[in-house]
This record gives sequence, structure tokens and C-alpha cells, in this order.
Amino acid sequence: MARPNYALRALVLALGYAFLYVPILCLMAFSFNDSAMMTSWTGFSLKWYVELFNDQALLSAARLSLLIAALTATAAVVIGTWAGYVLARMGRFRGFALFIGMVSAPLVMPEVVLGISLLLMFVEVSDLFGWPSGNGVFTIWVGHVTLCMAYVTVIVQSRIRDLDRSLEEAALDLGATPLKVFFVITLPLIFPAILAGWLLAFTLSLDDVVIASFLSGPGYTTLPLEVFSRVRLGLKPEINALATLFILVVGIFVVVANRMQWRKERRS
Amino acid sequence: MKKISWHDLPLRRWLTLAPPFAWLALFLLLPFLLVLKISFADLKFGVPPYTPLAELKDEMLTLTLSLRGYALLFSDSLYISTYLSSVKMAAVTTLCCALIGYPMAYYIARSSPSVRNLLLLGVILPFWTSLLLRVYAWVGILRNDGLLNNFLMWLGVIDAPLEIYRTDLAVYIGLIYAYLPFFILPLYANLVKLDVRLLEAAYDLGARPWKAFLTITLPLSMPGVIAGAMLVFIPSVGEYVIPEMLGGADTLMMGRVMWTEFFNNADWPMAAAVTCVMVLLLLVPLVVFQYNQVKQLEVQKRRRNG
Repeated sequence: MARPNYALRALVLALGYAFLYVPILCLMAFSFNDSAMMTSWTGFSLKWYVELFNDQALLSAARLSLLIAALTATAAVVIGTWAGYVLARMGRFRGFALFIGMVSAPLVMPEVVLGISLLLMFVEVSDLFGWPSGNGVFTIWVGHVTLCMAYVTVIVQSRIRDLDRSLEEAALDLGATPLKVFFVITLPLIFPAILAGWLLAFTLSLDDVVIASFLSGPGYTTLPLEVFSRVRLGLKPEINALATLFILVVGIFVVVANRMQWRKERRS
Repeated sequence: MKKISWHDLPLRRWLTLAPPFAWLALFLLLPFLLVLKISFADLKFGVPPYTPLAELKDEMLTLTLSLRGYALLFSDSLYISTYLSSVKMAAVTTLCCALIGYPMAYYIARSSPSVRNLLLLGVILPFWTSLLLRVYAWVGILRNDGLLNNFLMWLGVIDAPLEIYRTDLAVYIGLIYAYLPFFILPLYANLVKLDVRLLEAAYDLGARPWKAFLTITLPLSMPGVIAGAMLVFIPSVGEYVIPEMLGGADTLMMGRVMWTEFFNNADWPMAAAVTCVMVLLLLVPLVVFQYNQVKQLEVQKRRRNG
């Protein structure tokens, strides 16, 4: 095989990754800037971090968002794994195309569509039954689960497809019920994919502005809503600090998880 | 040897299918049908702020379909130019993502396994971090007194700051930046599986690298390109956050118009009509995406079985 062009490769990758990372790095650097502006460096300071941890509105929004994200990720993992199993193992059934269509729609559909349609449904339902009486944690949760389960489904179904089917078949032949086979054989094997799905659902929920805008009610301001309402009009230095912390935590987590998996793959 | 399969147990099979199906039908399909319904309603003061479609009165079932929203959509040039401009912006974004993302995915896939893993991590990491915060990072860079202008003036390339923040150009930058990983990841997954023996055969037979790329690599990677392009194009048509944060007042995008109709004008039927036409417009790319996915699944299955 002809050797790849090393100079060109280095140039392409350097420019590409610079594009992806320079904005984040600038933001992180300027979160330590003494001045509120991102125009010039006036000195090192941690005052925006101090301000961040004294900002009650941001802190309570963060608590609400973490709660919703945890609830969302847990439910999305259950339903998403279920749907992924159905897609990977049940073969074709009537309504298969509709099912695939519905599962993958949230992956690509603009979030405004999901947000407005769910809000209209909740309005209609509460008009008919008097429930839910107002938008809040529950309505945001439903929206986020519907969005996130699609991602979990994709991750889990590709993992199940890669499994050696003979393990499950052997257990079935030995008389285990399909339910038992799922919990004893399939579930442990796909656990890494489920964990990845949980984490992805958690971060997606923690980041969502659009669906939450439609489905949250008064008194239920999630972290992205609070952040968005502050930054849509320009720079806010305490958000630089928040972004730095957020990206660092997620970054460390992703890198560590990746290293662990990489080592495991190499061993096997 | 008798294998018990799902096909022998219709009830159990049905029960297994039902829960995820029900969730999706209830919280995805039904809400969308409601949007379709409300797009044919008329504006009304009260809760909910639209007229019912069907009314039973004096043993008469009257069905009222208001086409006000759709009539307005197609008569007001603002809406039409918004649709055109959203599609244009999404198309340019997709093209730019392809031009930047293809070489990146290609070189990542051609790297040695350990380097490849590291490079891939570099693409996945932004995917996991907050889109909102990453788009916000551009505000400080693109402003008139921002980092980019300061840098360029320091270099002496320009004398007066470039006006980028709050223009369409800033929206393009934000869209490409946000959606680039969505293009690279599916394409990489495709390119890494490419059988290099095909390329070796082409080189042995005297093909130039460019020719081999155009006749072998590019056609074989088309499913990856299509998947990536759709993952970029479809959501960016309806994008709201990026044009709102980086765009100017004259940046026309559907997601934004829908938002204004809904929240600022409280015109729910109009917002529903804008949504329906948007989905209709996205139906073709959605079907292409779907077809592409199903086809790839079948190819995978055949490879595994055969």
C-alpha cells in the first residue's frame, strides 16, 4: 500500500483539532482572567469561581438539572435497552419500519419539534384530565427520556448485534426462560454499553436547552436554561468558570473511561 | 435440536415488544399528530389558545379546518425566505463539515491503532461536553473586541475589527463547529472497516493514489458520508440555540421563527404550521437517512452470516 502523505496528514489533523479545541481552551484560560472582558489579560484571578459558588440561582438550577439528568438517564437506559434488544433480536415484525423510524427520529429531528409537540400534548392532556397540573420535573423528564432513549438504543443494539448468539441459544436449549437468559447472559455482556448509554443520556439531559424551554414551568429553571438566559446577550465571566469546571470534569471522565477500555481491549 | 425462538411464543413476543413501542407511540407519534391537528386550528384567546377542530353541537358534528397558518406561510415572503435561508445554511454547513471532516476521518482511520484511539477520543470529547457552553466559547472569540480581532490586529492583518459576531458568518462557524463531530464519527466507523487489500490491488495494477481514492475509497465510504451528512443537515435546519447566540437579528432560521411564533406571539397554530412544514421538508432527507441505515444493517448482517 502506498504510504500516506505524512506532511499533509499532520497538517489536516492539526488544523482540524485546532478548530475543535482552540475555542474551548481560550474559554478556559479566560475564566482565570481578572477582567470581566475576554479582550485582554489583566491578571490571574479566581474571583469568577468564588462568584460562581456564591451564585444561588446557578447552584439551585444545577441541583435541579442533576436530579432530572439522573432520573432521565435511568429511565432512558431501561427503555432504550429494551428497544435495542427488540431491534437486535426480535427479527422483523409488523410495524418494524415504524418502530425504527420512531427510534431514530429523535436522533436527527430538530429539538424544537420534539419540544413543541410534547408541550402541546401535555396541554391537551391536562385540559382533558386535569393532569399534569403544571409543567415541571415530570414533563421535562418525559421529553428528555424520549430524546435520550434513542441514543441508548443505538449504542445497545449495536453491542447486542456483536454478541455471540450461541451463548443465548445454549442457555435456551438448556431450558432457561428467555427472561432468565436476558438477565443472566445478555445483560452482563452488554453492561459496558448500558453504562455508556447512561452517561450519554445524563450529559444530553444536562445540556438540553430547547426541550426544557418548552417543557419547564415557572420555578423549574434547569441549569442550561439559566445559563442560556444569561449568555444570549453576551459574555458572562461566571459562565466561563462554570464551563471550565464542566468541561474538565467531563473531559477527565471520558479520558479515564477511554483509557480503561483501551487497556481491556488490548489485553483480550 | 429444537430451538425455542420468539416466533413460537406470540403472546410473550408481543409483550416484549409493547413497552418501548408504547412509549414512543405515546410521547413521539401522538404528540406529533397533535401538532398536525393544531396546525389546522385557528387562534383563540383562552386556554388552550386555539379552536377545536371538531365540535358536536345539536347532533351536528362540524369539522373546521383552518388553513390560516398555511396560507400565511405561503403568502408571507418572510416565511418562504426563512425556509430557503435555513436550508441554504444547513446545506453550506453540511458541505463545509464534509470538506473538513472527510480528510480528518480519513487520516484518523489510516493511523496506527494506538494513535487512532487517541485521535478518536479527540473527536468524541467535544461530543460529550456541553454544546451550549462550546458555542458560548465562540462569543468571546468573534466579538468586535474579541480574541480573533485582537489577534488579527496585533498581527497587522487588519486595521479595524472585522464584524463577525451577530452575522450569518458567525452562525456558519458555530454550526460547523458544533456538528463536525457528527460528520466525522459515522464516516470514521465506515472508513476504518475499509478493506485495504482493494487499495493494494489498485496500486499493484498501477493506479495513482488519487485515482484509487476516487474509484475505490470514496464510493465505498458513501454510506458513511450520507449518514454523517444527514446527521449534520437535518438538525441544523431547525437549530435554535446557535443562531440565537451568534446570529444577528436578520439571521433567518426556521427554529427561531417557530420559537418567536410560539413564545413571543403566542400563536400556537402558526408555530404548529411552521413545524409541520419543517418536518415535511425534512422528510426526504429523513427517509434517505433511514434507508441508508437499514441498508448498512443488512450489509453487516450478511457479512456476519456469510
